[in-house]
Amino acid sequence: MSTQTARTEAAPIDAVLLFVTTGVLAFGALLATALSDDRLFRFHGWMFLGAFVIALSVMTVAITSGRLRSPQTEYADGVVRAGVIATMFWAVVGLLAGVVIAAQLSWPALLYFPDHGWLNFGRLRPLHTSGVVFAFGGNALIATSFYVVQRTCRARLAGGVWPWFVFWGYQLFIVLAATGYLAGITQSREYAEPEWYVDLWLTAVWVAYLFVFLGTLWKRKEPHIYVANWFYLAFIVTIALLHIVNNLAVPVSGLNSRSVSLFAGVQDALIQWWYGHNAVGFLLTAGFLAMMYYFVPKRAERPVYSYRLSIVHFWSLIFIYIWAGPHHLHYTALPQWAQTLGMTFSIMLWMPSWGGMINGLMTLSGAWDKLRTDPVIRMMAVSIAFYGMSTFEGPLMSIREVNSLSHYTDWTIGHVHSGALGWVGFISFGAMYCLVPWLWKKEKLYSNRLAEWHFWIATLGILLYICAMWVSGIMEGLMWREYTPQGFLANSFVETVAAKHIENVIRTIGGLMYLSGAVIMSYNLWRTVRMPSSAPSAQSLAAPAPALIAAE
Amino acid sequence: MSDLTYETVARFAQQGGLIYFSAIFACGVAYALWPRNGPAFKRLAKLPLQDNEAPDVEA
Repeated sequence: MSTQTARTEAAPIDAVLLFVTTGVLAFGALLATALSDDRLFRFHGWMFLGAFVIALSVMTVAITSGRLRSPQTEYADGVVRAGVIATMFWAVVGLLAGVVIAAQLSWPALLYFPDHGWLNFGRLRPLHTSGVVFAFGGNALIATSFYVVQRTCRARLAGGVWPWFVFWGYQLFIVLAATGYLAGITQSREYAEPEWYVDLWLTAVWVAYLFVFLGTLWKRKEPHIYVANWFYLAFIVTIALLHIVNNLAVPVSGLNSRSVSLFAGVQDALIQWWYGHNAVGFLLTAGFLAMMYYFVPKRAERPVYSYRLSIVHFWSLIFIYIWAGPHHLHYTALPQWAQTLGMTFSIMLWMPSWGGMINGLMTLSGAWDKLRTDPVIRMMAVSIAFYGMSTFEGPLMSIREVNSLSHYTDWTIGHVHSGALGWVGFISFGAMYCLVPWLWKKEKLYSNRLAEWHFWIATLGILLYICAMWVSGIMEGLMWREYTPQGFLANSFVETVAAKHIENVIRTIGGLMYLSGAVIMSYNLWRTVRMPSSAPSAQSLAAPAPALIAAE
Repeated sequence: MSDLTYETVARFAQQGGLIYFSAIFACGVAYALWPRNGPAFKRLAKLPLQDNEAPDVEA
């Protein structure tokens, strides 16, 4: 970094543009906060204002000291490092919220606080789901996409300082969403609870993300676009589309936190689940498959098993997934043919999903011994196995007759968590275990033993979780449809809830184990960062042996 | 426009959809299996392994 020359030049245009934009936004936030008579809106207005003022101060110092340069001879790794830290931070927060609400379901008398509305299950539940899906998963995706697109394009991130806007803007979105849930600001669309002004903010951040990603692809030195980038791009583009359409709403007023959806009735439900299922398909699947297609071959030091299969995997997955949403609306006012369409496309998804699973697992061929010696590889292999299992279970549950038993029960919760904890969580943890030594220029992790502990505690936790949910889900599904000889329902709802007590407790223990694993991992990564940097050796593990000090 | 009934629209969507998806899938498979693409795909399969510490910049 040549700061001497940097100081003499004019401030870079991308930084000035960001500075001016933030200044305008700060002014807007000040006006909106001052003029609104909605207490909740003002609460978030102050938050926006605070964030913009901090950003302006930091940028003032950074621009005047000439630090916002983007030397094209270096990769932009600072923003990826920040992303790794944010990923682990939100992982612990999101998982902790999950353990808390699982405990509330297990001991409702003990953990119900009527005097503190913000501690209720209804407020904490979206905090958990958004915390793990968007805060943990989203940060993992943004960080890894920024890392992977640079390496596979052999070009620095486009947009100068704007990747930092994407990073901090996304953190602001998370904080606004989370505090909003606790304060009771929600538009009550599942996985899209934030209100209209937070949605607009996320749209701005996401468009910047898209431009940074596309800009990096545009200036790539590698003629082909590597398959992981296709998956990342599908994730970014589709999430933009889903987010905008699902959140089309009319605010009560420009200075009010509430809004009314543009859709109503069954159309509203269909839009919601078109969004909801494709958040699973494009955020929780396509994005993490991108991770798989980069980090698994990299760590195993083996080529992708079949690049041809990865192409068929990509195109068939994205063309089929987008139609699967209606399977969430079996036995509703949605026309039968639309339900059947959703079910059929869900079943068709078996093929690309399993093609991808085979491709990921077989990438380890020639390196199977690493399953025994490297806990990180083992974690990623298990994540791919969970991907296969949950993409087998999902189509099964989308079949109307199976759904009549499984829907609204804990079976669904178990299914989601085998995908989220097993697939999404483990592939992200695997990627983070790889990234920390690479980014902080360490030869290896601080402790392989701690990674082993993490792997086994978390794996057992997942198994406890999903087995408990299978049992309680099928049990309550059967109890709901049980009739007396006179034709009355045999069980009241509260009886079916009470019957699940022990499974709920087991689920809480499983979640607590998974959280413990993440805490162990955070400690391990923190100690790795604090290790002395080592000169790279030819045999430095699976890491890419970064010969970095030369660049500084 | 007068014979734009549910049945005709549904038939168009179902048959058109079938042809559309088959064609898209055929294109995808053809691209993946096209012999001339083979060497490039072989190289790309190793792309994650070959990366570097710094971007490519023309001198």
